[in-house]
Amino acid sequence: MNEKVISVHNLVKKFGSFVANDHLSFDVYKGEIFGFLGANGAGKTTAIRILSGLSRPTSGEVIVAGYDAHKQPEQIKKNIGYMCQKFSLYEDLTVKENIMLYGGIYGMKKQLIRDRTKNLLERLRFEEYGDRLIASLPLGLKQKLAFSVAVLHEPKIVFLDEPTGGVDPITRRQFWEMIYETAARGITVFVTTHYMDEAEYCDRVSIMNEGKIEALDTPAGLKQKYQAGSIEEVFIRIARPGKN
Amino acid sequence: MRTILYLIRKEFIQIFRDKFLGRAIFAIPIVQMLILVPAVTFEIKEVNLCVVDKDLSTESRELVSKLVGSTFFKVRHATFSEREANDLLHRNKCDLILQIPAGFGKDIGKGTPTKLMASANAINAMNAQLSWAYLNGVIIDYNMNLLAREIGSRTFTAIPQIEVTNRYWYNEMLNYNFYMQPGILGILVLAIGFILAGLNLVKEKEIGTIEQMNVTPVKKYQFILSKIIPFLIIGLIDLALGIIIGKLVFNVPFVGSMGLLFLCSTVFLIAVLGLALLISTFSGTQQQFMFTGFFFMIIFILMSGIFTPLESMPDWAQKIDLLNPVVYIMRINRMVMLKGSTLYDIRTEFLALVLFAIATTTLAVNRYRKTA
Repeated sequence: MNEKVISVHNLVKKFGSFVANDHLSFDVYKGEIFGFLGANGAGKTTAIRILSGLSRPTSGEVIVAGYDAHKQPEQIKKNIGYMCQKFSLYEDLTVKENIMLYGGIYGMKKQLIRDRTKNLLERLRFEEYGDRLIASLPLGLKQKLAFSVAVLHEPKIVFLDEPTGGVDPITRRQFWEMIYETAARGITVFVTTHYMDEAEYCDRVSIMNEGKIEALDTPAGLKQKYQAGSIEEVFIRIARPGKN
Repeated sequence: MRTILYLIRKEFIQIFRDKFLGRAIFAIPIVQMLILVPAVTFEIKEVNLCVVDKDLSTESRELVSKLVGSTFFKVRHATFSEREANDLLHRNKCDLILQIPAGFGKDIGKGTPTKLMASANAINAMNAQLSWAYLNGVIIDYNMNLLAREIGSRTFTAIPQIEVTNRYWYNEMLNYNFYMQPGILGILVLAIGFILAGLNLVKEKEIGTIEQMNVTPVKKYQFILSKIIPFLIIGLIDLALGIIIGKLVFNVPFVGSMGLLFLCSTVFLIAVLGLALLISTFSGTQQQFMFTGFFFMIIFILMSGIFTPLESMPDWAQKIDLLNPVVYIMRINRMVMLKGSTLYDIRTEFLALVLFAIATTTLAVNRYRKTA
């Protein structure tokens, strides 16, 4: 767990005079499940977009999978997976067509894509859905599938931006099982969520407020430090200090 | 390269999975061709004429019968009242009034110059001018007859006159379909691809799939090419359909090289598809694209020289038209199909299209941001 895959020092992102990320510093290690929490508008999505090469930092050092986010965003993209609640797979393609497309884009050999597709469908007990259009699948299945596609090319890191939004509790649990399996394979999972119970499943959790990281520790460490019974309490204390 | 193939495959699947779109991209150009080619014509076949004959002499009747005899005029109304004639013109019941004043025949008999008056509905200036020119032709002809009769009765010496023998090159029968069809070909190739390619990219922005693309290592040029190539292929298939219909239905000749026409259309398509994608990189929604896209399409088409000769446009408009790719393909299509022009003959137009294609695609690739 000592190999750093993400290393951020004094990351600043400004939009005009608005500071969305204010001197963020943190490291994430190989195989870790890193929870990235914060209220709406705290700057989580801005940070995740910088880390995944979709946006450039204003200043600060950002190294992801060994590449500099200022200069080598396309190199970063080769080594990460990305999944977002809003932006998903192509609805008018079938499950297999989507897998084939993204496998191809990441330069995987045809046979490898086929094998992984078979594997993936089996694991998800999805075999009968292979030729169904994404549009016809329920949200939970779509999200699980999107996650599987995001790690299809065995990236070093996978970024999940609110992956379980709007999904039922059973599917959420299954989703987290997938996250554990993925992390066990050595893929770092960087996840944002609004569900505080999910935060408890993370190896370490950072909590952002108004562009700054206010706390970063293991869930147990955070609860101890803030004398709280749950991460939810910790979160509320940090995000709304006035209500202490 | 493999990446592009995967992306192109995806585009084709998406286009043809949409049942409506998959059919429309081939049906629309066929229908356009069948409707537009025979419909868009400048030929005037029937001019409704109203004759106000106040003379009623042998001579005036002779003139009117000459007009009745021409295929061009239909003498719909005859009246003695100028007011009634004007009223008919006003109500669009006739296009042209010919007034023959009293004393017309007598003057001719006496050998004194006489007058006629023609009033044309000139709302459509071109129609009016053409009708007037035809009418004039008939009257000059009648005039010559009178002269010949008059002179012939006095002397046997022939009247010296110049007779012009003419031949219409490249379209001997002056068939309007032959002129329009190559032009319509250019437009149908333009319209389908331009709209679909532009909308396609903006749609990905709207539904957000472009974000998933942007976070992959797909290169910008690969993504843009994957949007150009499918619509290029569809455009060329539409072109082939158009040529086949032109041949089968309108019997439009194809004198030049088929390969050259396809080469030019390929370059033209790359140019306009590049432009469509460039516009779509600026547009956030499909509506925005349609607005801007239509702006360009309408200007391109109306100023392309398909309806009006470029030479009759004002200077400044001709200068603007230097930036209109449709002008070049219009000229190329007509020259290659009807005249059999070679690449050397159309080198200026071809080069212009090549420059266009390079410019629009380069700009589109540059403008496309992988950092949404």
